[in-house]
Amino acid sequence: LIKKNNTCVCANLFRSKPSQRHQASPDLNKIKLIKRHELEIDELRPLYMDFQATTPMDPRVLDAMLPYQVNYYGNPHSKTHAFGWESESAMETARRQVADLIGADPREIIFTSGATESNNMAIKGVARFYKTKKRHVITTQTEHKCVLDSCRILASEGFSITYLPVQANGIVDLELLEASIRPDTSLLSVMTINNEIGVKQPMKEIGQICRSKGVFLHTDAAQAVGKIPINVTDMKVDLMSISGHKIYGPKGVGALYVRRRPRVRLEPLQSGGGQERGLRSGTVPTPLAVGLGAACSIAQQEMEYDHQRVSMLANRLVQKITSELPDVIMNGDAEQRYAGCVNLSFAYVEGESLLMALKDVALSSGSACTSASLEPSYVLRAIGTDEDLAHSSIRFGIGRFTTEAEVDYTAEKCITQVSRLREMSPLWEMVQEGIDLKSIKWTQH
Amino acid sequence: MAAAVRSQVISLYRMMLTESKKFPSYNYRTYALRRVRDAFRANGALEDPRAVERLVVEGQQTLALIKRQVIPAVVSD
Repeated sequence: LIKKNNTCVCANLFRSKPSQRHQASPDLNKIKLIKRHELEIDELRPLYMDFQATTPMDPRVLDAMLPYQVNYYGNPHSKTHAFGWESESAMETARRQVADLIGADPREIIFTSGATESNNMAIKGVARFYKTKKRHVITTQTEHKCVLDSCRILASEGFSITYLPVQANGIVDLELLEASIRPDTSLLSVMTINNEIGVKQPMKEIGQICRSKGVFLHTDAAQAVGKIPINVTDMKVDLMSISGHKIYGPKGVGALYVRRRPRVRLEPLQSGGGQERGLRSGTVPTPLAVGLGAACSIAQQEMEYDHQRVSMLANRLVQKITSELPDVIMNGDAEQRYAGCVNLSFAYVEGESLLMALKDVALSSGSACTSASLEPSYVLRAIGTDEDLAHSSIRFGIGRFTTEAEVDYTAEKCITQVSRLREMSPLWEMVQEGIDLKSIKWTQH
Repeated sequence: MAAAVRSQVISLYRMMLTESKKFPSYNYRTYALRRVRDAFRANGALEDPRAVERLVVEGQQTLALIKRQVIPAVVSD
């Protein structure tokens, strides 16, 4: 699906404050006029309802990062001077903040460039380390592209990969999971919360199974960390990927949790000076690490408040839409989910045209990483959604900064546009007349 | 709560709301206003003077943060 740049047409309600202008020379005035015109176009920006793609940085995170961008710029691995020492101490504080959020020890956290790198490290690293004895890796069909692609690379190296199917509600079948574990399985990778349909997997039960069979459990918790309470000991998880820009932190940083007891061994992807326990060489970007740490500590503080608020707003959105529109399906389990990710399919409406009609709300259909292709999302296909429903699905993302006004506006706009598109649709007409669409034999021209 | 502390808390609240209104971004502005209001409301019944003092200090730090963060936001708008 090709995503076009969202341009203005937003209600004045959401106009940001105009900048100050004062008297100056004629040339300067002309420049300011042009700039103001540009600014005005810029000011009418869409509402942001795509919190699964990325999140704006919390002002408190930026505040924590700024000193390390400006004044305290030392390399944290420089052992000989104060610049290095203060940078290192900030990095270690950040490490502790990340560890506290997931119930881990600071020595078990490795800073990386993001969840994609963490996933690559975990999957390729563990599989390759144990490759002499263990040649089997298990994952699910609804994982993030980076996990699936890493498994594909492993398959080309001679590993055998099992891609577990999911049930219609998006949750993996535990009996099937247990049955697919072989004596030569080294790793099982399941994401905690899915980024497209918001479904929460039963991590405690999966952890129990893996522990009893001696298989390492990796989870991509990029969408879950900071939003639901996570404890790596309770979940019996051995490796966990964390992403900075999903929890109101900076882009370009993430972390990998690697358990020390019992020890998980990894073959490092990136070689160099042996930083980060030798698992990920390279200078740790202090400002980004500090930002990730601050984001994690804020998330821990605000988790209860945010959770209540996001659940309330998500309920409001879904109630409003489903009370006015018939034939709306929520993809994914209704109970086992994270409230802030709402994926709705509107029957008899084409998804791209609905997205275009909702131009003043920033939404997505399918995840950002698959939007370049024209195929419907593989996650929706894995949960068994019909082709036409998969094409007409929209993902609404609600987060810390969403307001009631934004949710109401989105819901109303959605209702109006879907009704309008349905009025124009011949399929809808046929359905109203009582014709069963599946029984139609379409002729070839 | 002693009268002096009460007036201090109220003036802190008012200053935080005034500074929060200066965020150019709609989302940050509404979040700051809402969060400040909810935080003060939630802690309204606190009696322990040490806890109150700790929260007041935290509030003053947050006020300084808001003042600092409004500037880059305005400049980059």
